[in-house]
Amino acid sequence: MKFTLSWLKEHLDTEASLQEICDKLTMIGLEVDSVVDKGPALSAFQTARVISATQHPNADRLRVCVVDTGSSEIQVVCGAPNAREGMVGVFAPSGTYIPGTDFTLKDAEIRGVGSHGMLCSERELQLSDDHDGIIELPADTPIGAPYAKVAGLDDPIIEIGLTPNRGDCAGVRGIARDLAAAGLGALKRVPGWDQKVTGTFKSPIKVHLDFPENARAACAAFAGRHIRGVKNGPSPRWLQDRLRAIGLRPISALVDITNFFTMDAARPLHVFDVSKLSGDITARLARPGETLAALDNKTYELDSEMTVIGDQTLPHALGGIIGGEETGCTDETTEVFVESAWFDPLRTASTGRKLNIHSDARYRFERGVDPESLLPGIEAATAMILDLCGGEPSEVIFAGETPKWKRNISLRPNRTLELAGIEIDKTEQIRILNVLGFEPSEANDKIQTVPPSWRPDIDGEADLVEEVTRIHGFDTIKAVPLSQFENQPTAALNLLQARRVRARRALAGRGMTEALTFSFMKQEDAVLFGGGNESLVLDNPISADLDCMRPSIIPNLLAAASRNFARSKRSGALFEVGPIYLDPSENGQDWVAAGVRWGDAIPRHWSDQSRSVDVFDVKADALAALAAIGAPTEAPVNQAAQSWQHPGRSGEICLGKNLLARFGEIHPKIINHYDIETAVVAFEVFINAPPEPRRKQLGKTKTFLKLDSLLPVDRDFAFIMDADVPAAKAVTAARLADREMITEAEAFDSYQGKGIDNGQKSVAISVTFQPKNATLTDADIESLSSKVVKAVEKATGGHLRG
Amino acid sequence: MTEDLGAVQADLLAAVQSAGDLKALESARLAAIGKKGRVGALMQALGGLPPEQRKDYGQAVNALKQAVEAAIELRKADLEASALDAKLAAEQVDVTLPIRSEVEGRIHPISQTIDEIVQIFGQMGFQVAEGPDLEDDWKNFTALNIPEEHPARQEMDTFYLRAGEDGTRPVLRTHTSPVQIRTMMSEKPPIRVIVPGRTFRSDHDATHSPMFHQVEGLVIDEVSHMGHLKGCLIEFCRTFFEISDLPVRFRNSHFPFTEPSAEVDIGCTRTNGELRIGHGDDWLEILGSGMVHPRVLENCGIDSNKYQGFAFGMGIERIAMLKYGIPDLRTFYDSDLRWLKHYGFVPLDVPGTLGGLHR
Repeated sequence: MKFTLSWLKEHLDTEASLQEICDKLTMIGLEVDSVVDKGPALSAFQTARVISATQHPNADRLRVCVVDTGSSEIQVVCGAPNAREGMVGVFAPSGTYIPGTDFTLKDAEIRGVGSHGMLCSERELQLSDDHDGIIELPADTPIGAPYAKVAGLDDPIIEIGLTPNRGDCAGVRGIARDLAAAGLGALKRVPGWDQKVTGTFKSPIKVHLDFPENARAACAAFAGRHIRGVKNGPSPRWLQDRLRAIGLRPISALVDITNFFTMDAARPLHVFDVSKLSGDITARLARPGETLAALDNKTYELDSEMTVIGDQTLPHALGGIIGGEETGCTDETTEVFVESAWFDPLRTASTGRKLNIHSDARYRFERGVDPESLLPGIEAATAMILDLCGGEPSEVIFAGETPKWKRNISLRPNRTLELAGIEIDKTEQIRILNVLGFEPSEANDKIQTVPPSWRPDIDGEADLVEEVTRIHGFDTIKAVPLSQFENQPTAALNLLQARRVRARRALAGRGMTEALTFSFMKQEDAVLFGGGNESLVLDNPISADLDCMRPSIIPNLLAAASRNFARSKRSGALFEVGPIYLDPSENGQDWVAAGVRWGDAIPRHWSDQSRSVDVFDVKADALAALAAIGAPTEAPVNQAAQSWQHPGRSGEICLGKNLLARFGEIHPKIINHYDIETAVVAFEVFINAPPEPRRKQLGKTKTFLKLDSLLPVDRDFAFIMDADVPAAKAVTAARLADREMITEAEAFDSYQGKGIDNGQKSVAISVTFQPKNATLTDADIESLSSKVVKAVEKATGGHLRG
Repeated sequence: MTEDLGAVQADLLAAVQSAGDLKALESARLAAIGKKGRVGALMQALGGLPPEQRKDYGQAVNALKQAVEAAIELRKADLEASALDAKLAAEQVDVTLPIRSEVEGRIHPISQTIDEIVQIFGQMGFQVAEGPDLEDDWKNFTALNIPEEHPARQEMDTFYLRAGEDGTRPVLRTHTSPVQIRTMMSEKPPIRVIVPGRTFRSDHDATHSPMFHQVEGLVIDEVSHMGHLKGCLIEFCRTFFEISDLPVRFRNSHFPFTEPSAEVDIGCTRTNGELRIGHGDDWLEILGSGMVHPRVLENCGIDSNKYQGFAFGMGIERIAMLKYGIPDLRTFYDSDLRWLKHYGFVPLDVPGTLGGLHR
């Protein structure tokens, strides 16, 4: 919503400065988005007459002008082709800052001739890009006057960002009322607004409201008036200037008048050219297939939810949104029908959105136009039409019923303190509500109000608290600290939330870089990762590449790796801790820590063998993340692969059927799909999967640590077994061969090749025996060793390597 | 017939001294005091001496032997030291060669900012609450007092999933506010939660990303009013931006789910296109807030005559950009390793009040 300061002052009697007005507007909820005030920058520029212009003695293109500034005569050298004797222009004396060229004018000698100022072009004043010549003003322009004032550039233009609840402030008068309430002056009576123009004949055109029962509200009321004998043409200068200042193009007097009331009083009006109407006017819902060629030169296809104003045959306007081109006023128009109606905000918003029309009328009707403004609006418009265009008005016709708006809402005066934290005297509360038009009265310790017809947004006591406190000033609310919370928790994060923080820091600690990628991805790619269900496809995606909720983070990380690879990052490691989407239900979202590594795990180095990333890099990542989130450390690892993984170089970590993590090399086909020309491995850890520790364990001390004083004994064993037996089987069997004495077992070699039969392998494991009470004897070690051999042979079907 | 012991000793010592390496020294040692060495031969000669001479002779040979042994030890130490010196000299490496590669990880600035926010509000007794990203219309809009066709609902260009079997379309939550609804429906007051999370709107340009993050706050009890809202948010802003006297301004605004409503600005300066948070002549809007609308309380089954409270919400990218000087919103989701290395945080930079919120 844009308006000028002078327009505001038509409604508000105030001494306040522009700055005070803008600050107040912002504080009371009418946030000032911008102020354009050319006045200060142009204050030094004055009107002046060129009293002589002679050829410069030493330069063909320059003239020496003597300028009458009203108080003195000053010589300037001027290069403009249009500088000539008798013209009135804009003069800047030496010392003036010229905004368009960013320099400060000084006395100068130009090719031997003194110059003590400048005649300016529009570009030098930053008014336009025009630099073809200096500004020429009408001959009767007063001399020595501030140019900004003469040109009407000293009227600051204020634009506020109007919140959707304040339809009343879509008119200058509403803004003035708020400022008056906030103590910045007094609301003026506006001549013309409450006058009545007596009609001299009965309107030959009738108005019918033809709506089904359930759509009566679409156009609840319609006031109209026939005016004959008008003469249309350009509107007067003052009206054109007002509209132009706020960015509206003057069209003709009749159209400019409707625009004026739209902006001045938030009262949109429409004027039909009667000669182009056939018969009575009917407001109704559009019929399927109807179209409207509108005033914006576009043709719209209408549907049966939209309100139209038509004649006996065709629709001629979209109610509350835009008029039709065919019945619009032209210079030839002599008979008009003025419409001042009330259209349903919801239907207006919906129609405007469907047709993507952003008009000043829609802006107001969808926020709610004052239902009591129909008759005053049509009277004021009539008065101005008669004034500017002449003509003879009919009696006003009125169809429908004014929507009911009167309701009582009461305010307990102490609520401003209880809810908003400001103690405000009751009389001040009443004063504020009174200026805002709420007709406050006291009854039973409460303030009874009737919210004004222009405030449909007020519907409860909290709204009244807001009205009183915003006008009184939010800056008077005293900040108080929040009280100590009676339910003060031990931690801000619950267990599952804390796991995400820990997983994130653990993975970053392993040299991986955290990325955040979109929750959506391309459906085709989602299918490759077991997703892409129709139920997770977006109905209105922003692009075809982002049309499906992701079933996994890995494809997004692969895409990110691919982009980085293309930027010459030949190796890297990215991870993300975030959601995946398995179905659209409330529980269909899971939390995952996923990571991708590509390129070299060990880069070329003068002392080391380089190595590409492999499955064990991401197995380590997965185990580290699991450890960080408190998963059981002994969860078994199984050979297993998804379709997007290398079938033989992938695994999963499970507790029974509970899948904790997946890791492995990415299937070459997928690597190829993502255009990464190097080894790629990935893991995902399901953060919510590990069981939560039992309640009673929370907050418990750590278990007591008993350190063994006797030295442990390490023994190595090698077993020959079938090549497809997992080494983990041997390790587990060894580990469990004697639960008391064997504290550690791990595989340290796995060999196939020369010396080992085809289809077999040799697995070497190291086992630690920890004596408890006495140093182990050879016999003890022998007995433990044979337990290990027996257990491993049994578990693996292999035998001790001879 | 007995040799001149003095000459022998001089001879043997000279041999020890002239040994150039450990091997030569060993030969000299064997020649002197080995089984077949000169000292052994001298000792054998003992038997052929008259008994009265034996004692003196024996002592003299022993002294000789000790002198030679001492010289050998000394020489050995010398030779070992110079052998070690030579070995070390040969072991020299070029220390200007690079170290083995060590990759330093990074935490994304959004995660870091969320950790900071949680840290600050956690101290005020807030707990983190969460809800799903895929919501129903009622919780995302209707329960928050945003009726169908409300202009506010148009301003949110909402993503929907395709309609399910029941004909309804799940909505990708446009804000974290539906978690207010979930919290109030599942918990009894007093309530004090913050809700960081992913949010979605159908916008993609220099200042909008189709996915972004918000943090929501909700306090419900019997007494909290706008003064508490103000106190709570001023404390947050000053702690977060680490400016203890940061100007914070509350001005009236409108949101369907709060009444009264306020937008919150922080002080700043803008000079030559550069924005600086802190004292200055300008304001920068950073969050929206207000007292929870009584209808929202009632929609969640909370008695609005007994309970009241406030809510607030802000964009996490926005405050991260402001605090850390990140110029472009879109870069947050590019996963560009160069960007992440520069704007990310090392994993040990855990926000906390011990060392400030960031390094």
